[in-house]
Amino acid sequence: MRAYLLARLGWAVPIVIAILIINFLIIHLVPGDPIQALVGDFPTPPGYAEQIRKEYGLDQPLLTQLWLYLVNLAGGNLGFSFANRQPVLPLILDRARFTLLLMLPALTCAAVLGVVLALAAAPRAGSLYDSSVTAISLIGFSVPIFWLGQILIIAFAIKLRWLPAQGMISLRETLTGWAAVADVLWHLVLPGFSVTIYYIAVVARVARASVLDALSQDFVLTAKAKGLSGRYVLWRHVLPNALIPVATVIGYNFGYSLTGAILVETVFAWPGIGNLFIASIGNRDYPVLQGIFLLTAVAVVLANVVTDMLYAVLDPRVRGSYGKNA
Amino acid sequence: MRRFLDRFLAYRAGMTAGLYVLFLIAVAIAAALWPGIDPHEISDRAMVAPSMAHLLGTDELGRDVLLGLIYGVRVSLTVGFSAALAATVIGVLIGAAAGFYGGWLDLVVMRISEVFQVVPGFIMAAVIIALSGPGLSRVVMVIALLAWPQIARLMRGEVMRVKQLEFVDAVRCLGVREWVILGTEVIPNSLAPVLAGATLIVAQAILLEASLSFLGLSSADIISWGRMLNSGQRFLFNAPWLSIFPGFAIFITVLAFNLLGDAVGSALNPKTQR
Repeated sequence: MRAYLLARLGWAVPIVIAILIINFLIIHLVPGDPIQALVGDFPTPPGYAEQIRKEYGLDQPLLTQLWLYLVNLAGGNLGFSFANRQPVLPLILDRARFTLLLMLPALTCAAVLGVVLALAAAPRAGSLYDSSVTAISLIGFSVPIFWLGQILIIAFAIKLRWLPAQGMISLRETLTGWAAVADVLWHLVLPGFSVTIYYIAVVARVARASVLDALSQDFVLTAKAKGLSGRYVLWRHVLPNALIPVATVIGYNFGYSLTGAILVETVFAWPGIGNLFIASIGNRDYPVLQGIFLLTAVAVVLANVVTDMLYAVLDPRVRGSYGKNA
Repeated sequence: MRRFLDRFLAYRAGMTAGLYVLFLIAVAIAAALWPGIDPHEISDRAMVAPSMAHLLGTDELGRDVLLGLIYGVRVSLTVGFSAALAATVIGVLIGAAAGFYGGWLDLVVMRISEVFQVVPGFIMAAVIIALSGPGLSRVVMVIALLAWPQIARLMRGEVMRVKQLEFVDAVRCLGVREWVILGTEVIPNSLAPVLAGATLIVAQAILLEASLSFLGLSSADIISWGRMLNSGQRFLFNAPWLSIFPGFAIFITVLAFNLLGDAVGSALNPKTQR
């Protein structure tokens, strides 16, 4: 087990280094002076640009610059956002809470719904119901998530007036306690559903395949031969085995859901990272954009590592086979 | 019978998708050739709901939505096809070299492609475009940069399979040089799975371009579907048609390329062949 974990961490380190280098190179994409990328398009106090120029060694060779950049990052210094008048790192972390508040319930719902759909569809492979689940997942892969959000707003907020169209809390009244929680949940429904749809598609597709695979295994035949009911076999024998690939696909697609959340937030004015991202595009607040890319990329790498560990916990065969090879 | 029906259905979905793509290409060409129509033309008939005069309504500047959609086809298809083509050329060359020669080259290529698999591509594309400025050619380059590893992986796997086949050894016995074998024998025989992959990249590219334009990361004077959704967002309450139709166009087009890619994939896969 330890060898397996070390190997997965060994995989993550060079990837993170590569991401840091990509981020460093992006600074030099700005036409003209790279100081623009580090400061943003802002009237800055006199001397500040010079201070940054020195801090990042912009008059030095590229490799020295890379080194200084990494040293700054290692100290948790992702730059300063003049638009928000605060350092980039706490700014992003503060907004990340709201993005997670949007993503985590959506992911949970998507996982459950996707598995339920697949469990219902797979034993009837080829039936009309099965085909419609396949169709749903195809739609989930193709629909522009921000457009789906707009359509939901038009239908459920504007026409039917069932749900709020924008924001995370009601601004007209100040709520406390459980009423405030309910209010946030109420605002969560539409953006949450928009984030969910892609995930339902991914989970349903993978779960359907893995349920079909598990159904054809010998242990299922054995269980049936023992006289167990089809339903019992499905829940006790097929499901636990089919869940392993589902757990991994959820973790590996963490990056997609972050992207989805960013797009959905702009439609629903949800105050998370996505909203910060679009505001920073408008303000040409480059350090924040780069910080968001860096932190989300690292988050995705972490999600991958955690997924691998989970995989090893769920499936003893993984760590077992690794030990033998290593 | 059921199996036949399934095949027929899959075939029909792929066929319909293919016909739709041909239709889009025809629309794009017709829009380019038709003289005297300007989709940018501003009129005093602003925010008119869909009617006989304006089938899909007009926007806040009185521009016809249907006309915008027709001219937007060109942007989506241009970006989709050029990005897929660029990604495919890069991916085929790199993937083939990695699969054929193996060794450290293979190792390096696979590690690099892993980085691109993990990195949240859309965010990276948005940051690059935000910093370097909008422009269709930049968008195409960024998408190609993000998508080539998919093709490279497919190509590498197929090349590793094909290079072990007997006919390759036969050619080698004739004294043909290694890189000539790769170029004239191995690569042409490994292209089938790449074709399906490239079609799926067209779908991803169209969706990505639309997402970037939706965030405002495209030049304001080029009409594109994503851009139309970007301005529609402000008028969801009084002019929902500004959002409904362009988004539907993106959805159907992406769906068509996804279906087409799946159909191409299963048609070329010997395991599912009739």
